[in-house]
Amino acid sequence: MLKNISNLGDAALYCDFGIQVNKATNLEVIKYFNTIREKKIKGINNLTPSYNKLIISFDLRVTNFSEIKNKVENLDTTIEQNKNNKKIEVPVCCEENFALDKSRLEKKLNLSYQEILTKFFDKDYFCYMTGFIAGMPFLGDIDENLRTQRLETPRVKVPQGSVGITEQFANIYTFDSPGGWNIIGNTPLKVFDDSKERDPNLINPGDTIIFKKISRQEYESSNDK
Amino acid sequence: MTSNYFEILRGGVNTTFQDKGRENLYHIGIPFSGVMDNRNFLLANKLVGNHLTAPVIEFAYQGPHLRYTGDQLNFVITGDVIFKIKKKDYEIDGDCYHSYHLENGDEINIISTNKSVYGYFAIGSEIDLKFQWNSCSINTKANIGSNNGKKLDSGQKINLLKINSDKTLKKVNYINSKIENIRVIKGTNFDYFSDEGKKIFFEKEFIVSKLSDRMGMRLEGPKIENIINTNIKSEGLVKGVIQVPADGNPIIMLSDHGTVGGYPKIGVVVSVDYDRLVQLAPGSKVKFQEIELSDAETLFKLYEMETKNLLNQI
Repeated sequence: MLKNISNLGDAALYCDFGIQVNKATNLEVIKYFNTIREKKIKGINNLTPSYNKLIISFDLRVTNFSEIKNKVENLDTTIEQNKNNKKIEVPVCCEENFALDKSRLEKKLNLSYQEILTKFFDKDYFCYMTGFIAGMPFLGDIDENLRTQRLETPRVKVPQGSVGITEQFANIYTFDSPGGWNIIGNTPLKVFDDSKERDPNLINPGDTIIFKKISRQEYESSNDK
Repeated sequence: MTSNYFEILRGGVNTTFQDKGRENLYHIGIPFSGVMDNRNFLLANKLVGNHLTAPVIEFAYQGPHLRYTGDQLNFVITGDVIFKIKKKDYEIDGDCYHSYHLENGDEINIISTNKSVYGYFAIGSEIDLKFQWNSCSINTKANIGSNNGKKLDSGQKINLLKINSDKTLKKVNYINSKIENIRVIKGTNFDYFSDEGKKIFFEKEFIVSKLSDRMGMRLEGPKIENIINTNIKSEGLVKGVIQVPADGNPIIMLSDHGTVGGYPKIGVVVSVDYDRLVQLAPGSKVKFQEIELSDAETLFKLYEMETKNLLNQI
């Protein structure tokens, strides 16, 4: 549930849905996100849903904090939304050169790489949010035995397509980008496509992801490569 | 069709096309981008008779050196900028906020911004640009926008589509004021910091670091101590948010910032101070000053009125 609304500076609302990070909390965030988007409230120029927060940016020339707060507080979120959440299969190759943090993960988790991959591919993932860089999905929850911290020193450049894990989450680097997640493999799938302005993200909050292990040969012959 | 174009003889440090930026894309990871200094952007367009939100060339520190081929047109430079206009037989020092005629073969050499960062070059013409999500703004981190999302470089051409018919020369008297006290509203993680850390934040001086760009402004100074957690669960960011990572040095989010972040937010720079904040060059000293939301709203209204008055004088 929406617990509290405060101001983030003078041009944004900070909506707090509680400290728990789980699917139920996140679905509540997504519900608010969808309802506000559909309402097209005058002055709102950005919405950023995350695990347990929703940030609503607005144009201070058009409206202000108390006006938007009032509208959000009186929002009817009970209306059934057309859910068009998808199930998406994401092929991942975890062979040499792609699994950048293979030995680090083996050591940190005290598991063989085979065991790590079995646990990783053995479940479905839920997309909590997208962002940081364009189209990057934040997926969860990974197996309890695979949870570890970010790299002590982030990489200057994580290759595009890299699949990373940290704490309870997995992500996909949509571009070459700096980053500190533990990289277990790489997908040939184009997860962000800016030529599709209407829907550039392959994966959106609320979607379900099924990772599928592929060989290097399958990776190389993939259409998106 | 006549062919009117600029050749870029030197690209400059970070020269990009910018306009008002992109809205409603944070949720897929795309920031606003757009011009850093909005007032100078609006003034530039008004001075050459463009729509107020038409694309302009934004440059940082050293600007581009350009040669023009084509029919007469108007241009203007805004900001605090040193530039030269080279005609066939002579060369003059240009004045900011004065529009000039440009003839076939003329050159504009934007030498540098003066104790500031960003300047704007507006052309009295429609420019041939690629738009993505209704904006030409170049985001070099995500390679989005015109010029394939890359900064402008020497050897490139800027093609013009339709030169404005009104070529009246215009000017406005305006001096960019400097800012030393940056006004902030307390951030949502203000209480993550020690009493000493909070005191340092509002009382001590910080220096703008060289590692500042369109994504963020890094500051150096006394360290701000975190007593709760140096990481939070990633959540949305907005322009002006001041994050303090584990090293204790504040970073202010600017127009190309990542849309989510996991460092505690100690404060948020108020909207009224944004245009002047981005103009702080590396080495500048700054102090933070706390203000209330209602005061921030009033000050922004006054700033907007002042901008409107300036535009009305043109």
